[in-house]
Amino acid sequence: MQSQLPLYPEQASNFAPHVDALMLFITAVCLFFAGAITTAIVVFFFKYHRKAPNAVGIPIHEDSRLEAVWMIVPLILAMAMFSWGAIVYVDYRRAPQDTLDIYVIGKQWMWKAQQPNGLKEINELHVPVGRNIRLVMASEDVIHDFFVPAFRVKMDVVPGHYNTMWFRPTKPGRYHFFCSQYCGTNHALMGGWVTVLEPSDYSAWLSGSSGGNANPVVAGEKLYAEKTCSTCHIANGTGHAPSLNGVYGAQVLLADGSTVAADETYIRESILQPNAKIVAGYLPLMPSFQGQLTEEQILALTAYIKSLQSQPVPAKGSGIAPPTGKR
Amino acid sequence: MHRTGELYGQFETLEQQKESAALGMWIFLVTEVLFFGGLFLTYTINRHAFGTAFGVGSNTLDIRLGGGNTVVLILSSLTMAMAVWSAQIGKKQLVSIFLIATLALGSVFLGVKVVEYKQKFDHHLIPGYGFDIRYHSELPAPMDNPVEIAAEKEELEKAFAVDPDINAHAQLYFSLYFGMTGLHALHMIVGAGLLIWLIRGSFHGRFTPQYNTPVEIVGLYWHFVDIVWIYLFPLLYLIDRHR
Amino acid sequence: MSDTPTPDHQLPRTHYLNATYGSGTRSWLLTTDHKRIALLYLGSVTVFFFIGGVFATMIRIHLLTPGGALVTPETYNKLFTMHGVAMIFFFLIPSIPAVLGNFLIPLMIGAKDLAFPKINLLSWYIYIVGGCFVLYSFGTGGLDTGWTFYTPLSSVYSNSAVTPAVIGIFINGFSSILTGLNFIVTIHTMRAPGMTWFRLPLFVWAHYATSLVMILGTPVIAITLLLAGLERMFHLGFFNPALGGDPILFQHLFWFYSHPAVYIMVLPAMGVVSEIIPTFARKPIFGYSFIAGSSIAIAVIGFLVWAHHMFVTGESTYAALTFSFLSYLVAIPSAVKVFNWTSTLYKGSISWDPPMIYALGFIGLFVIGGLTGLSLACLGLDIHIHDTYFVVAHFHYIMVGGAVMGFVGALHFWWPKITGRLYPETLSRAAAVTLFVGFNLTFFPQFILGYLGMPRRYHTYPPEFQVLNVLSTAGASILALGYLIPMAYLAWSMRYGRVAGPNPWPATGLEWKTASPPPTENFDVTPEVTWEPYDFQNRPDLGLAAGAPSLAPAHSDD
Ligand code: HEA
Ligand code: HEA
Ligand code: HEC
Ligand code: CUA
Ligand SMILES: [Cu+2]
Repeated sequence: MQSQLPLYPEQASNFAPHVDALMLFITAVCLFFAGAITTAIVVFFFKYHRKAPNAVGIPIHEDSRLEAVWMIVPLILAMAMFSWGAIVYVDYRRAPQDTLDIYVIGKQWMWKAQQPNGLKEINELHVPVGRNIRLVMASEDVIHDFFVPAFRVKMDVVPGHYNTMWFRPTKPGRYHFFCSQYCGTNHALMGGWVTVLEPSDYSAWLSGSSGGNANPVVAGEKLYAEKTCSTCHIANGTGHAPSLNGVYGAQVLLADGSTVAADETYIRESILQPNAKIVAGYLPLMPSFQGQLTEEQILALTAYIKSLQSQPVPAKGSGIAPPTGKR
Repeated sequence: MHRTGELYGQFETLEQQKESAALGMWIFLVTEVLFFGGLFLTYTINRHAFGTAFGVGSNTLDIRLGGGNTVVLILSSLTMAMAVWSAQIGKKQLVSIFLIATLALGSVFLGVKVVEYKQKFDHHLIPGYGFDIRYHSELPAPMDNPVEIAAEKEELEKAFAVDPDINAHAQLYFSLYFGMTGLHALHMIVGAGLLIWLIRGSFHGRFTPQYNTPVEIVGLYWHFVDIVWIYLFPLLYLIDRHR
Repeated sequence: MSDTPTPDHQLPRTHYLNATYGSGTRSWLLTTDHKRIALLYLGSVTVFFFIGGVFATMIRIHLLTPGGALVTPETYNKLFTMHGVAMIFFFLIPSIPAVLGNFLIPLMIGAKDLAFPKINLLSWYIYIVGGCFVLYSFGTGGLDTGWTFYTPLSSVYSNSAVTPAVIGIFINGFSSILTGLNFIVTIHTMRAPGMTWFRLPLFVWAHYATSLVMILGTPVIAITLLLAGLERMFHLGFFNPALGGDPILFQHLFWFYSHPAVYIMVLPAMGVVSEIIPTFARKPIFGYSFIAGSSIAIAVIGFLVWAHHMFVTGESTYAALTFSFLSYLVAIPSAVKVFNWTSTLYKGSISWDPPMIYALGFIGLFVIGGLTGLSLACLGLDIHIHDTYFVVAHFHYIMVGGAVMGFVGALHFWWPKITGRLYPETLSRAAAVTLFVGFNLTFFPQFILGYLGMPRRYHTYPPEFQVLNVLSTAGASILALGYLIPMAYLAWSMRYGRVAGPNPWPATGLEWKTASPPPTENFDVTPEVTWEPYDFQNRPDLGLAAGAPSLAPAHSDD
């Protein structure tokens, strides 16, 4: 712990130093202007205090050069703040390739997390230090927000959407996380702890307590059969539907000629609103599964489809555009 | 403020009064545009997402009634413009005649709207209350054309294959349909009230080439309400016509 | 005023308060006199300020201990929601425009009334009806959605009385629209001879800009809340993802109004400051046209930045970049104003009459609030401080430290005009200082709390945040005192205050050329304006040492 009255939380992720540096920079600019303006006001106030009851001031009307200066200087500083902030933000919104993906579901008023091997946690999240972690997040009811002050990151969890966030923990320890989007009665209780472990401890922890938890890929495979996906989506691409092998991460060519990157959001949409984007060369035959799958089941199906990474089988020729690199 | 003739106490001249009234009405119409704008935006986004359901919903509307109403409304705009013109050139009798014509056309429009709403009610297409997009095709009324009903059934079957939640999404369409046409009808009713007020004034010969501001600004309002319908008609009735 | 020897004045025999058409309740409730309507508004916004203030007090007491000292979680959520709704929609948005704007705009431009006096009265009634719906919602089950009404929480999940509240705010919107409409038309068509656009007081310019925002933004919030209400009542699916709707669409529509609305709250206060500063520095305001223009710029650019409240909703990176960029642009016109006010002090003849203390306090606190807005607009930083107490501190600095300070300052400045009487000066200086100190103690710790990671809308918090919360609560009690003292002596002064005379400070505006309180028709004869705004040099009627050769401009206009 830091001193009794710390000014900033612990720095425990790759983003923390950047965000703190930004804060320092902007605060410095703010202090400069606030200080300068206050000083000017105080000095003028005393220096030009009214000398006689009926005295008037000396009229000075306008000075365009001065006006220009105090528009341009703040503008330059503002653009500096904008650009620096934008760099950090773009980095934050674009996750690197080699992430460890963890699924997170928010619901009134608890967090469920699922590790890649299927281990489930409630209001806890274990991650290895030094790895790029990506959280893929969904909500079962209202909007929530996953916020880890020590990592300086947060992201809303919006029903009907997948949002993702990433970070790289840099320091083992236990850190608070909060729900930071107001979500009803127990919003303030919807928090928990992120535990950052050494990689070896993390794998020990994973294997030590994985018993009894279904692997999402396994669960997804089961669902894939149960929900009749497999009747149309045949692995070798001979069915009425495109093969889903290798679709995750590829660029999919659509009937309207555009392409789309097949990420979690795309797969989710394909399941819930199949007709929003039709794969080139196929008819809009797929039924919507809206309302028939829980968020958890959708996550499991997605995990399973992600695991199908053998070579894509472009059956009717045009289903999947030539691979242009992943994601 | 006390009134002196047609000049209200806070103004210095009739001209100033007229300018204020016209400007006020224009500004009011700007707020109306933004008001409807929120609805149009919601419509656009949802139609984009649920094109099929919106098409199905749209096809249940009666294009003859809607189209006829469009003509009626355009005519009423014409008579309204004539009323303003008559007031400006001082033909006091014509003012009354054209105002009454406008009111009559407006009432026809509202009457037809009632018929249309009644139909939707009979077909269980009122959102929230036992809404069922299939009701009409499953339980057609005796006088319904069997060919049409068959087409409707077939269309619905196709639509359900594409979008199993079509009932919910069609309900969304009808929410917007009632929201938008209802708001529009409310504006028509307000307009009709204003017309009645004008007609009374015109019987007393109030409107002269010098003083005709009320006719003019009610005219502006009436044209605005007309224009809203010009947008509503294609967006609600014509998006997926093939039946 | 104590340093200006004032002759003994008498109240005019008839004025708008006791005018010939009587002063009974009926004459007030049916009045179309803009000055009386302004006072009706003053009474009603004060009621809502008290209601909001009581909720705020309970919030602060509750947060004394980490576990929450006072109420259950449900109640706490209702407290801050109702606090926000009462303060924003029913106190701050109408405060300066509907009270002082209403009172002053016709006087300042030399008109007998607003262009549409009956519509003016109607808009007060609409406000009251809207207010009743909201109070009904507060009284029957309360409201626990946050003042932002985010869906699907508000439209599906909340069990509180959302529907009447939404209807109330919907209705209230029309009050705002009609006020804005009335102001714009009045400013366009009712100016006295010689009152050209560039002779308008900056207060009027600020209200012109505010009115633009009111008429363009308010219809959108009206329709948005209507849709949310319909969704709640009839299970339609506009915003509910379970029915195919999009909750993010609600946020876009909501902020499309509610960001510009923050300028409805602050622009009028800026107008007030632009009046007070030159009056008590006794010199023309520096950069008149830049201050006037920046009001319009804020109103226009203010419409283009709404999604900066949504940086972490998952909106596209490009949208975020655009909205962040535009948020920085909107800061520039605010900067222009601050610098011009400060420069106006240079070589002035500055007094420390109470309104001046409020105005200077406004500048200081607004600058802190505005500058921390820059931190929030910074994309990389907002991912950390979004929805923490940093945001709470930011907006209280602008809205309480800025706008409310401006409102109280304006009341002090125009009180002699409104009531014809003066208030005790030393006491009011002390109150201003109490307000300033209490305010900073309440809200400065919240910046640190926020950066440390305390989320907002929390009825309970980890113990390490307690020290700062206790400081904040302590500050709030001083702050409450800072509001109660002026309320007491202003009420007292209505009866016992010294008679002010037409122009006690003296100030240059047209409103000071008529009696205090003004007659019903405002001016006995329609005035004609022949002087430039804030010109103390060529106004022998003010009785100042003007025109003395030693006061010739040292360097001007270059
Ligand atoms: C009157 C009210 C008011 C005003 C005027 C402002 C003004 C500004 N606000 Fe604020 N804001 C709110 C009320 C207000 N805000 C409220 C209520 C919320 C929270 C809503 C909720 O979620 O409940 C909020 C939230 C809010 C957010 C979202 C935070 C979040 O939820 O994550 C952001 C982000 O960009 C923001 C930015 C700004 C900016 C850039 C300005 C600018 O206009 C400020 C401009 C002023 C200055 C910059 C100071 C003067 C300039 C100088 C002294 C010169 C130096 C200048 C430079 C170097 C550029 N505000
Ligand atoms: C105009 C707007 C306005 C004003 C004036 C205020 C004024 C105050 N606000 Fe408010 N506030 C908001 C707008 C405003 N607020 C908004 C929009 C929110 C967000 C809501 C949401 O999240 O949805 C908010 C949220 C908010 C919170 C965060 C709650 C949370 O997120 O959990 C807090 C916490 O301290 C707070 C405190 C205060 C205090 C101490 C005052 C003080 O300035 C009030 C001082 C006034 C009085 C005290 C009244 C006068 C005196 C009396 C009535 C006598 C009785 C009192 C005593 C004897 C002490 N406000
Ligand atoms: C009735 C046949 C059918 C069933 C059952 C079916 N699908 Fe499909 N699916 C299709 C067709 C046809 C397409 C291609 C056209 C399109 O994009 O809608 C498709 C496309 C997809 C895509 C996009 C593939 C790409 O190449 O981009 C995904 C992902 C998908 N389906 C997943 C599923 C899942 C998961 C299930 C089961 C829960 C399922 N589907 C059940 C017919 C079906
Ligand atoms: Cu979940 Cu707040
Ligand atoms: Cu904003």
